[in-house]
Amino acid sequence: MEALTELAYALDTFYFLVMGAFVMWMAAGFAMLEAGLVRAKNTAEILTKNITLYAIASIMYMLVGYNIMYPGEGVNSFWPGISFLLGGDNTAEEVLASGGDIYYSNLSDFFFQVVFVATAMSIVSGAVAERMKLWSFLLFAVVMTAFIYPMQGYWKWGGGFLDAKGFLDFAGSGVVHLTGATAALAGVILLGARKGKYTADGKVTAIPGANLPLATLGTFILWLGWFGFNGGSELVVSNVAEANAVAMVFVNTNTAAAGGVVAALITSRLWFGKADLTMALNGALAGLVAITAEPLTPSPELATIIGAIGGIIVVFSIVFMDKIKIDDPVGAISVHGTVGMWGLLAVCLSNSDATLGAQLLGLVTIFVWVFVASLVTWMVVKVIMGLRVSEEEEMEGVDIGECGLEAYPEFTKSN
Amino acid sequence: MKLVTAIIKPFKLDDAREALSEVGVQGMTVTETKGFGRQKGHTELYRGAEYVVDFLPKIKLEVAVSDDKVDEVVSAISKAASTGKIGDGKIFVLDLGQVVRIRTGETGDDAL
Repeated sequence: MEALTELAYALDTFYFLVMGAFVMWMAAGFAMLEAGLVRAKNTAEILTKNITLYAIASIMYMLVGYNIMYPGEGVNSFWPGISFLLGGDNTAEEVLASGGDIYYSNLSDFFFQVVFVATAMSIVSGAVAERMKLWSFLLFAVVMTAFIYPMQGYWKWGGGFLDAKGFLDFAGSGVVHLTGATAALAGVILLGARKGKYTADGKVTAIPGANLPLATLGTFILWLGWFGFNGGSELVVSNVAEANAVAMVFVNTNTAAAGGVVAALITSRLWFGKADLTMALNGALAGLVAITAEPLTPSPELATIIGAIGGIIVVFSIVFMDKIKIDDPVGAISVHGTVGMWGLLAVCLSNSDATLGAQLLGLVTIFVWVFVASLVTWMVVKVIMGLRVSEEEEMEGVDIGECGLEAYPEFTKSN
Repeated sequence: MKLVTAIIKPFKLDDAREALSEVGVQGMTVTETKGFGRQKGHTELYRGAEYVVDFLPKIKLEVAVSDDKVDEVVSAISKAASTGKIGDGKIFVLDLGQVVRIRTGETGDDAL
């Protein structure tokens, strides 16, 4: 009997670790997706941003973020209190004495959570691409991963007031995706559009990405990583009911992405006359974001539809953002923000515990907190070191200006 | 001696090469380039935003020939590279002041 308990603990711990590793791999997905959708002269810089933000998230969340988000017992349901560094882990005696309450390693929980912070932070890098100073972005990342993300995370997953009010968010359409997109939106508003993106007579200039194979590879990597993102968020696998639940989550995650691709591609064909690959890629991600708030309770058919609606929304949102002059080179704000909101509301379609009121409360709370906190942070960063590279550097490409090297040195530089 | 320079559509390169071979031209220089003429560009959409494609990919073909072969060569390229649609290109005939074969030092018509 004891051996079984220990085995279940080991299995669930292992599950956290492996699913966490899948989500870590999403960092590579974001890096490739973004590298593929920016211009060649800005590719090395965005890759530097991506790998460094992952490192910063790992460190800051370990130092202080994790304890803010999961204090165990917060000071109150709004304020978690602050403490530093990670605690110890469970002994076998403690596990056996807990009657099933302690069923995974504490550090495995940290590991599983830290990769989610990195995902949220990574959403920002694409939206501010091609014209933000690298170090300004990294400074923002320190604050976002240490404080802004953990605070709203506490309010839901850490047991704070949003959780108490019945707000549901299985794997983070709100806590992760809407959060990342909102921080990005605040940044982009302060930063401004790329030079030449919006002309004086109201036209939108197309700025095509340099490497669509990389963008596609990145999307597939994100799709794969998402099985960890949603699958791992079931948090347990070691009995029949939970194993089945995990399987359902995997299936729904996959089929929502599929729905997103098809819907986005058809929308693109009908609206633009051609099958825009970049819209199909954003469609897959939109489908994934849409199902992330509730991948367990829908049937696979409903999950497909939820994903498909996400795929349609994202195409319209991307064009709309350009209309209101929010320049987002990779569509991150649309994929993770607009569709993140859809994902939170879609929970009501299949989960009888969800109420529209609680979902809206969560949506608005997260948006307002993250937007205001991010805006303030971006402003402070702007005062300290500026946000935007010089016009000359923007023309030359941030690879040279910020990184001192080129991503594709042997290809002739085009405009 | 003349330098015959032709701007042609990229997919016509093989046809032009064969045609030149048939009239006895042994060597040529090929450059990838872009250009447009009186044709207007067309527009495409990228994520809903229009962009104009006016510079279209072209191939620049250069052949050095002796004066007595010029008409033959121009005619061969012209026929081979023609599709009848806009964007077929142009041929320029320039005077060549001197030609040298680097390996042997031959000059003039012997170097062609």
